[in-house]
Amino acid sequence: MILNPILLIQTIFLAISQIWANKMRSFLTSLGIIIGVASVTSVIAALDGLRTLVLDEFEQIGASKLFIFPQRPAGEPRNLYPHERIRLSMEEALLLQEHCPSIAQLTPQTSLGATVRTMSLQSDTITATLTGIWPSWHDIENRSVVAGRPFSQIDEENARRVCLVNEDAIKELRLDADPTGDFLLINDNRFLIVGVVETREPTLFEMGNATTEVFIPFSTAARMQPQNFGFHIIAQAISPEASDEARHEVEFVLRRSRNLGPDEANTFGVESIDQFVQQFKTLAAGITAIAGGIVAISLLVGGIGIMNIMLVSVSERTREIGLRKAIGARPSAILMQFLVEAIMLCFAGGLVGLIVAQTMVMGLARIPNAGLEAAAIPVWAIVLAFAFSAIVGIVFGMFPAIKAARLDPIDALRHE
Amino acid sequence: MLLTKPTEGHLLQLTMTIRIRQLTKIYRVGVETIHALRGVDLEIADNEFVAIMGSSGSGKSTLMNILGCLDRPTSGTYELAGKRTDKMGAAELARIRNEQIGFVFQAFELLPRQTALRNVELPLVYARGGWLGRRKRAREVLQRVGLGERMTHRPNQLSGGQKQRVAIARALINKPTILLADEPTGNLDSQTTEEIISLFKELHAQGQTIILVTHEEDVAAVCHRIIRLRDGEVASDQPRESDPVHRERLARGAAVL
Ligand SMILES: Nc1ncnc2c1ncn2[C@@H]1O[C@H](COP(=O)(O)OP(=O)(O)O)[C@@H](O)[C@H]1O
Ligand SMILES: [Mg+2]
Repeated sequence: MILNPILLIQTIFLAISQIWANKMRSFLTSLGIIIGVASVTSVIAALDGLRTLVLDEFEQIGASKLFIFPQRPAGEPRNLYPHERIRLSMEEALLLQEHCPSIAQLTPQTSLGATVRTMSLQSDTITATLTGIWPSWHDIENRSVVAGRPFSQIDEENARRVCLVNEDAIKELRLDADPTGDFLLINDNRFLIVGVVETREPTLFEMGNATTEVFIPFSTAARMQPQNFGFHIIAQAISPEASDEARHEVEFVLRRSRNLGPDEANTFGVESIDQFVQQFKTLAAGITAIAGGIVAISLLVGGIGIMNIMLVSVSERTREIGLRKAIGARPSAILMQFLVEAIMLCFAGGLVGLIVAQTMVMGLARIPNAGLEAAAIPVWAIVLAFAFSAIVGIVFGMFPAIKAARLDPIDALRHE
Repeated sequence: MLLTKPTEGHLLQLTMTIRIRQLTKIYRVGVETIHALRGVDLEIADNEFVAIMGSSGSGKSTLMNILGCLDRPTSGTYELAGKRTDKMGAAELARIRNEQIGFVFQAFELLPRQTALRNVELPLVYARGGWLGRRKRAREVLQRVGLGERMTHRPNQLSGGQKQRVAIARALINKPTILLADEPTGNLDSQTTEEIISLFKELHAQGQTIILVTHEEDVAAVCHRIIRLRDGEVASDQPRESDPVHRERLARGAAVL
């Protein structure tokens, strides 16, 4: 078939006028396509918005971060694996720091409850959670001080009674705007406030909303707790890509330090943010695929509707086809006429569907706290919607179009 | 010298617009076979004005459809302007219909939603380079058939005679070699019939080759040659002056249109 561009343009105009002449019927016919495209693109848009949100959260936590924590092997009884057997030790923290080339730096982290008040007599006593950390915490968590100084190696080595507070703690304890140099009474011991860190909004994955934070050196925290206190380690891989390698190194070092035999399960856990990112991406891709399956079905149903109406159209316009053939339309021109009409019908359906989806997405983005502010129809979904519409038009328009093209001109002209 | 005769014969062949040899058309309906045409021989030259007559079922439409390349014969040959068409494929025949043939139908066959102009333009949609000056050509040909004032009317706003003029304009727009009309006045009253027939006469005077099928002796009487079919065979093929029916009518003093 030689595609004559001028004939093609004329055919497109003819198809548009034909669709326009039967507005209601065209609309009802393409409803299947409209609903299919609208539902799938809005689902994809919502999913995409959610994805952006979640990945942003992961990004904020740090894609190269690893969490190392004590963990009983799944299904094993508690008495076989007492706390002492699974808890991390300081020696292990140091081993990890030394023997894991893929780990840039790490910090142990422990939490303990304490009473906190200021030196002022009118001060209320509050119960706060203290967090014991190494100086490397600033780097790993990307939290530098906004006033004063960060923790130093000297604070850690000497287990000094110093602390960092965040802005919320300043508010809650009614401290000065810059409390650096003031003292806090923590469990009735004087702690010097050396610096202030910003209050960070809790991420999606951090429970609760206690935003008051007080930090003390890890060694200081260790002294305030019993011998076998528990802690976990936050490590930073040299890059997000290295986090898998880092996990293996951690496993290797810890298994060796704990003398675990080849048949024994890990008595600790190592998880990387990157791993969650991958899991989430897989999940999102799965949901997208399911949405794709649903759209395939709805487009199939829509396509059958298109085919049905095109067959009606061919039979209604048999005399017109006969006349067009009589004055010189080749079979290919007739084929193109009906095929283009089916495609245009699907395209129009796809376009209306996209408009509906865009409206829905704009509505979704306005729902407060739904986390869908970032929802938008991605360009690839728009391209895909049109491509699918066109394919449906071609596939389901082909049979009626061939039927029209094959009509014998005389038979067609004799048709009542 | 030896070459002269065959060359002359060849030249003679080329001057014939239509040359038909032993044309047959057989329809099979279930177990029945209908011999619509049983070996027709026919030659029509340029600028002839031919009437095909015959009782209903004698094969007139079948012959016209083959002449118009809308249908193919069961056997025999059909040469149009020097080209064999009986073996052509669907696309090739479509091209011949577009470029060489203007067909006028009894029921006009206009597209109901389109204006007269658009209906007339339609063959150019399928013609090579047909978009060039299309509007202008359509206006001219509508003017020629006397419908200069009705160009933007739709078929339901036109009378029967006007509709047939639009159909004739459509048939003429691509300057066809032959203009075919199968009972063009069959749906018209006698007044309108006369108007349409005088339009055909005019077109013939301008050099158009015309073949029309009719039942009416009045209509046939304006043609220069009358072919009478009977049961799919040519019963008589004579100039108007020697056609027996025509002479009888003249003798009775019937008016010649
Ligand atoms: N498509 C067809 N199928 C079967 N028989 C047909 C068909 N077309 C015409 N005939 C038969 O062929 C014969 C000639 O028909 P036609 O050419 O239409 O006659 P006319 O136009 O002279 O009335 C008739 O007997 C008719 O019944
Ligand atoms: Mg007939």
